[in-house]
Amino acid sequence: MALKIVKGSIDRMFDKNLQDLVRGIRNHKEDEAKYISTCIDEIKQELKQDNIAVKANAVCKLTYLQMLGYDVSWAAFNIVEVMSSSKFTYKRIGYLAASQCFHESTDVIMLTTNQIRKDLSSPNQYDTGVALTGLSCFVTPDLARDLANDIMTLVSHGDCVKRKRCSVLIMYKVFLKYPESLRPAFPRLKEKLEDPDPGVQSAAVNVICELARRNPKNYLSLAPLFFKLMTSSTNNWVLIKIIKLFGALTPLEPRLGKKLIEPLTNLIHSTSAMSLLYECVNTVIAGQYCSSVGSVVLCVQKLRILIEDSDQNLKYLGLLAMSKILKTHPKSVQSHKDLILQCLDDKDESIRLRALDLLYGMVSKKNLMEIVKKLMLHVDKAEGTTYRDELLTKIIDICSQSNYQYITNFEWSVSQPVTPHPPGISVSWWTIRVFAVAQMATLLDNAHLLTGSMQRNGICEVLYAAAWICGEFSEHLENPLQTLEAMLRPKVATLPGHIQAVYVQNAAKLFATVLKSQEGNTDSTTAQETSQLMIDRLPLFVQSANLEVQERASCILQLVKYIQKLQQKDVEVAEEVIALFAGELNPVAPKAQKKVPVPEGLDLDAWINEPPSESESEDEQPKAIFAKEEPKHSRPRHTEVDEKELARRREARKQEQANNPFYIKASPSSQKVYQDAPGVEHIPVVQIDLSVPLKVPGLPMSDQYVKLEEERRQKERAEKKKKEKKKRKEKRSGRGKKHDSGPESEEDITPAHMVDIVTEEMPENALPSDDDDKDPNDPHKILSLHFFGPFQVVVSVIFENKCDSFLKSMEFNVLDSLNSKLQRPEGSGPHDGLTVPFQLPPGVSNEARFVFTVQSIVMPQKLKGTLTFIVKDSSTHEKLDFKLHFTCTSYLITTPCYSDAFAKLLESGDLKGSSVRLEGVNMPFHHLLARICFHHHFSVVERIDSCASMYSRSIQGHHVCLLVKTSGQTVSIDAKCDEPTLLGNVLDEIKQTFSQC
Amino acid sequence: MIKAILIFNNHGKPRLSKFYEHYTEDTEQQIIRETFHLVSKRDENVCNFLEGGMLIGGSDYKLIYRHYATLYFVFCVDSSESELGILDLIQVFVETLDKCFENVCELDLIFHVDKVHNILAEMVMGGMVLETNMNEIITQVDAQNKMEKSETRQPETIS
Repeated sequence: MALKIVKGSIDRMFDKNLQDLVRGIRNHKEDEAKYISTCIDEIKQELKQDNIAVKANAVCKLTYLQMLGYDVSWAAFNIVEVMSSSKFTYKRIGYLAASQCFHESTDVIMLTTNQIRKDLSSPNQYDTGVALTGLSCFVTPDLARDLANDIMTLVSHGDCVKRKRCSVLIMYKVFLKYPESLRPAFPRLKEKLEDPDPGVQSAAVNVICELARRNPKNYLSLAPLFFKLMTSSTNNWVLIKIIKLFGALTPLEPRLGKKLIEPLTNLIHSTSAMSLLYECVNTVIAGQYCSSVGSVVLCVQKLRILIEDSDQNLKYLGLLAMSKILKTHPKSVQSHKDLILQCLDDKDESIRLRALDLLYGMVSKKNLMEIVKKLMLHVDKAEGTTYRDELLTKIIDICSQSNYQYITNFEWSVSQPVTPHPPGISVSWWTIRVFAVAQMATLLDNAHLLTGSMQRNGICEVLYAAAWICGEFSEHLENPLQTLEAMLRPKVATLPGHIQAVYVQNAAKLFATVLKSQEGNTDSTTAQETSQLMIDRLPLFVQSANLEVQERASCILQLVKYIQKLQQKDVEVAEEVIALFAGELNPVAPKAQKKVPVPEGLDLDAWINEPPSESESEDEQPKAIFAKEEPKHSRPRHTEVDEKELARRREARKQEQANNPFYIKASPSSQKVYQDAPGVEHIPVVQIDLSVPLKVPGLPMSDQYVKLEEERRQKERAEKKKKEKKKRKEKRSGRGKKHDSGPESEEDITPAHMVDIVTEEMPENALPSDDDDKDPNDPHKILSLHFFGPFQVVVSVIFENKCDSFLKSMEFNVLDSLNSKLQRPEGSGPHDGLTVPFQLPPGVSNEARFVFTVQSIVMPQKLKGTLTFIVKDSSTHEKLDFKLHFTCTSYLITTPCYSDAFAKLLESGDLKGSSVRLEGVNMPFHHLLARICFHHHFSVVERIDSCASMYSRSIQGHHVCLLVKTSGQTVSIDAKCDEPTLLGNVLDEIKQTFSQC
Repeated sequence: MIKAILIFNNHGKPRLSKFYEHYTEDTEQQIIRETFHLVSKRDENVCNFLEGGMLIGGSDYKLIYRHYATLYFVFCVDSSESELGILDLIQVFVETLDKCFENVCELDLIFHVDKVHNILAEMVMGGMVLETNMNEIITQVDAQNKMEKSETRQPETIS
């Protein structure tokens, strides 16, 4: 062994470390890849050695190679090895490597759970630190679930500030991966908002801001707390986060915006930090619907100062914020037009883009031409394609704004080569047609200028319009023949298909016009020449790959050939050809198409021909040909969504919300009450009334229960005699109802003493929520809401000594889960046991009560516990393990329900359904119902033959409805509840009950 | 949240890459290349914010960068971060590097990328800002380095 160590350290001297590797790579610029591959081979050798130092060195090098783009996931297991080194130096290397290359599908990640747990509770705070840092990068849902509790322990019991801060931050990652942990952890997180350490506080603010960003509504209740923080904190980083959070909250609660104006204005006036000032302005803007004109003016003034600043960053942010004001207060922005136009000339593209955004709101009838002229200059100068595209889009947006309302001079507009949809204009304003047509003809003549440079920008779209205008209004053309010639140039074939198609079609129209003018002349040769021109040029289009071009071209070609024949016989054809295109076009309203009724018997969705089969469509060739053939301006298909589909989507959305970690649902019974605050003395927030009766009202016991209880007792006694020692838990609600949840599967511990632990759990008179001990006069407190109060459950445990010895010094301890925790006296640690306040002579039983804090009732909990005690005679310490089972059923209260109320509940649609089938149940139906009533606290609403409806309510007011049907030995239960998790668990428990009989 | 932190030199060679979201190695390289392309063609004395960048993209995201001598420091952040705050953070990062390496230059980053990672880990954790105070960061880094030193003096054990 010693030799090996010596050998290991000698080897190390020859190993490359990270620096050597980097140097080597730098020296092998020519054959870098080859060099690295030899290095990787070396690393593989190093990883095979037992020496952890060698391994750590190898992993360190791998981390570097990962940055260069090499996949190092093959070394994942070695990384885990290095992570679990006891030395901090290596541990850190391991965690760094893991954080760089582990992710959810890394399978060795599950091997790390225990190591991370160990590091989290390490006495060395730096071990904890690197573990938390690493975990924050590669946490998976499994890790989050398994480690959530450990992290919570760090949050509340961590002695070291840094550790606390990290663990608060990592909570966010845990919530993301394991949303169930949010609810139980939230009160703890809220507490940390008021932590004395500013670092911990800022971490908590950070986490809550992230949570609230996704779903602000649920965090409105925290507004008073944040308000207090905002007015007291001096940490700019924290202030910025809080102010950003308010920016998200104010749109939801207008009164909050009002309340914020004053402190925000103060901050705007007083702060020297630009970052803070900027965020204040942003938040005022966010609440501007309710804020006074004065505050908006103040913001605009401040923004102007930012924009005028020589610092480009401030300029950029100023413009960014300005565009938000533009949406609601365009007037206040318009007065700074000069400044914004100035920014258009800025050398910085980011700033020009921001300024462009603002221009949209600046345009008026007066300045449109001026602005567009300026923009056109920029188009010429623009070097980058993105910026030019953006410019052109903006010009078009600006011009077409509100249906061309700002365009006073259409002649001007048409002369701009990029004006959108000239057909729209020229059809609508026939007065300018003549002008438009002349312009377009020039445009077509010069099309080669456009096609070359601007095809990629979509500018050639304008040719589509131009061709159409010239064709349609060809009678206004001065020289139609020239235009016709221009439209049939071979270069046209390079244009996109849909434009070519328009060209061909309109060439035909032009042809008709030309014929007409030429037939008036005596010389028939010119007309024949024109036909010949068509016949010469059209075959080019007939060969087009575009189907539409092909079709139109061949049609027209045939037509022209026919005309030519007629011409040769000296027949006058012009009138007839013109007739083909007769009819004046009038503007068509955008909705006109929709108003045309679909003729009876016409199904637009039906296939005319059978659709091609799958195998055919896999053939790429025809697809590629037809891909571009879609007509550009086809009517968008109106998709009808039927009710069913809507319902399904709604359901999916609810499901998504349920799984969304940022979406905290309020308990269903809670009501929203808007507190009437006098004036703006208090910040108005939503208060959720805790209408849930935490104190369970006493209910009369049913006769059934008594009988079953008798049976159970007898059975239990018989069992007791058989087994030397067994443990049973049973639950009893506060009013004294009891039921047997069946014997626990027993672990093979065989102590000599018989101790029967009977636990009884009663959701009894839960204490008021923790906030209540605060000063009721605190203005921030009055309106704060009980978000999800943890409630307390008192569990009575009956200890029965079945052995012949005297038992003393009994200590009861339970391993807490995230959801359920044993309440321990002040000052004791999270793992300390509680002393049972009595001793047990042989054969005696006694009852002790323990209080548990339970966060959520929708899931059953099984807590592991141990009872330690001393046997007096032998003075030996003995230990007994047990499990406490908190079933979901035990949170249900038998509540009577009338059938009409029941029916209404089912109709309301708020409940989600689930069902279960029980096979081989061999008992009369009424026994079956009695069992469900007794074990699971349901009441029968209505019973008809072999079918019955049942109802129960949880202590948090969840409704649970059952429809039980039986046929033969099969029982089906259809159930509905507003909380699907609870329902699933209750059904599981019912199933369990019947599987035991 | 911070989505990624990249440091590369004037030629686009990566000096540190920290992604707080998982990408494959190839995508990471592509992001680095593309980000370099975007950032490097910008003049000096223009603003430090950049929208776009397809890979890291989404309209909620921004690139915030600073250029120091031969190195670009680029942070990709979403709208929950303050633009100016992140610029300050980059400054703090660089100043911290300067203190820790005593007049930092590109070579320090080339040969000690692991140390840079350790310093960064004290500032940003899982994409969230942990500490912005330079002295605090340096205290933490020093304490850990001290611990590392004390460990190297101990005889080596096989664990």
